[in-house]
Amino acid sequence: MEDLAMINHDQAVTDEESLKLEVASQWKLMWWKFRKHKLAMISGAMVIAFYVVALFCEFLAPNVPTTYLDIYATAPPQPVSLFYEGKWMPHVKGLTYERDPISLRKTWIVDESITVPIGFFVRGDPYKMWGFIPLDLHLFGSKHPGDPFYLMGADMIGRDVFSRLIYSSRVSLTVGLVGMVISLSIGILLGGVSGLVGGALDNIIQRIIEILMSIPTLPVWLALAAVVPIDWPALRVYFMISIILSLISWTGMARVVRSKFLALREEDFVMAAMLDGCGKTRLILRHMLPSFLSHIIASITLWIPGLILGETALSFLGLGLRPPVVSWGVMLQDTQKVAVIARYPWLLAPGGAVFLIVLTLNFLGDGLRDAADPY
Amino acid sequence: MWKYLLRRGLYALFTVWVISILAFAIIQLPPGDYVTDLIDDLRAQAGNVPPEWEERMRQIYGFDDPFIVQYYKWMRNIVLKGQFGYSFFYKRDAGEMIVERLPMSFALSLFSTLFVWIVALPIGFYSAVRRYSIVDYAASFMGFFGMAIPNFLLALIVLFITYKYMGAAVLGLFSDKFVDAPWSWAKFVDLLKHVWVPMVIIGIGSTAGLIRTMRANLLDELNKPYVETARAKGLSEWRLLIKYPLRHALNPFVSTLGWMLPGLVSGEVIVSMVLNLPTSGPVLYTSLVRQDQYVAAGFILMLSTLTVIGTFISDLLLAWVDPRIRLQ
Repeated sequence: MEDLAMINHDQAVTDEESLKLEVASQWKLMWWKFRKHKLAMISGAMVIAFYVVALFCEFLAPNVPTTYLDIYATAPPQPVSLFYEGKWMPHVKGLTYERDPISLRKTWIVDESITVPIGFFVRGDPYKMWGFIPLDLHLFGSKHPGDPFYLMGADMIGRDVFSRLIYSSRVSLTVGLVGMVISLSIGILLGGVSGLVGGALDNIIQRIIEILMSIPTLPVWLALAAVVPIDWPALRVYFMISIILSLISWTGMARVVRSKFLALREEDFVMAAMLDGCGKTRLILRHMLPSFLSHIIASITLWIPGLILGETALSFLGLGLRPPVVSWGVMLQDTQKVAVIARYPWLLAPGGAVFLIVLTLNFLGDGLRDAADPY
Repeated sequence: MWKYLLRRGLYALFTVWVISILAFAIIQLPPGDYVTDLIDDLRAQAGNVPPEWEERMRQIYGFDDPFIVQYYKWMRNIVLKGQFGYSFFYKRDAGEMIVERLPMSFALSLFSTLFVWIVALPIGFYSAVRRYSIVDYAASFMGFFGMAIPNFLLALIVLFITYKYMGAAVLGLFSDKFVDAPWSWAKFVDLLKHVWVPMVIIGIGSTAGLIRTMRANLLDELNKPYVETARAKGLSEWRLLIKYPLRHALNPFVSTLGWMLPGLVSGEVIVSMVLNLPTSGPVLYTSLVRQDQYVAAGFILMLSTLTVIGTFISDLLLAWVDPRIRLQ
């Protein structure tokens, strides 16, 4: 008897669940499916964290990216100690260096006698939040401005690598987004036309895409980037680079959109809408777009890493963004010589950031793609 | 079958033609040309230079001609005489430089392709057959790692590690004594000793995608009724896998060659610059920065042709592997 009750109870639970499933909206189903993908969830949170850092980089960075202390050029990363003589006082030790009399090479020594106290919400370099709110509050940093505090070491002229890394995220992460918007517009337009109209036009667009896809991207990116005049202002170069990156990469997006339109054209609900006398624009926007929007979002997530990598490669080679703009690629320019990396390996830190964001975007995109079709 | 081949062949030719126009147009984009640079240099050295000189030089080089005329001359020389023009920066024949460098790029891309195939085929196969095994997880981890790390960064890290722990960075494709030596068996062996580093660096990014494609395709096949039938008839598992689903799953392997090659060539260009390999990358870069237009256009054209030929070969292979295509 008890067993029977249990079974009935189970039955009731599954009924309730299936009812919940049946009435849930498409987006809710996707969310439920996505939630099961743990790796994608964690990656999603990290991607959001990356973009939050990019948004508030001025506040989060202990220094302004242009601040330099030339006596601390090439200073190594300083490990943070949380306690000082048994008391809670986060600090780093000071640094001094000795010069080799022959090679003139610096050897850094941790100076135990100097402690640099660090704290939260300290006053430091003045900056303009988002370019217009003048502030000097930093989330954390050395309590006395001018004291050395290099979480990830200093670069060749004594700028804080950590602060620059944080500032760079704004440029490096958005260059992909701007490029994405452009690729997406071209891709959806041409892919949509190709998939909906079909016929000769479809053929021509497909041939163009195939030709563009057979060109190795990097040489063409290099060629186009080399055209950008040296005396252009930073903002214009930034937009130019994102346009260059998206000029070739819209092809993949166009293919995705086209194949979705082709598949949807045959669906019953589209046929029904057409028979109901639904106009073309309404048909696309109201009936077709919502059913493949999720796929587009997944594709975008898998697409941005390519653009981030592209910008990094171009800037690394000196043909992309240029100083004073800081991006991860620009920072990596210093590491072109093996002798530099061997002596100051912490200069490779921006590479770690690139790796992390590309990895998390890929995991996130994978999860989204799996969830995009929840039925 | 022949009709299919002819169509693909003509199509490849057409693609190369369009690319040649694009390549020539791109290098014409920057304001000024090599004469501008030259005159600037002359002015810096000798002070004033009469403007007629500049005019005359433009006439000699044909820089004042309309785009079509310049393109026509360029193309005619390539097609009829195999001449790619003159390198203003290196002061030598551009074609010679291409002949010197391009085969190396070709070899490196070929080696990388082989590497990708050799690694991705068994791992993809194993991942599909033994799903959720340690190898499966390790493969996807490796795959994601390869995909997320920019190849030039990987090259830098390899340089760093070899420099730090082996005393010398792995630069170049040959040992010192073979760099200028004529081709011989010993030189070839020396090349093999060096080529694996760039080969792995360039290939690893594409390996991930291919492993996943292979795995997904094989998984689809494994659930099909014919596999069940074969199993029911008592065919041994191994024989069954090799004989039917694997052959099916190989199809996209060949067809992805077309889109994999552009990526490999791109990777080759940038990795060569970091590792200082005697391939197209470093020369292409210099020519672009120096507005050495014929060298730049020649290299872009030939590198793209390389990938188009690769795509054509993949079409041929596809027709060979998949009878359905032959019948089209």
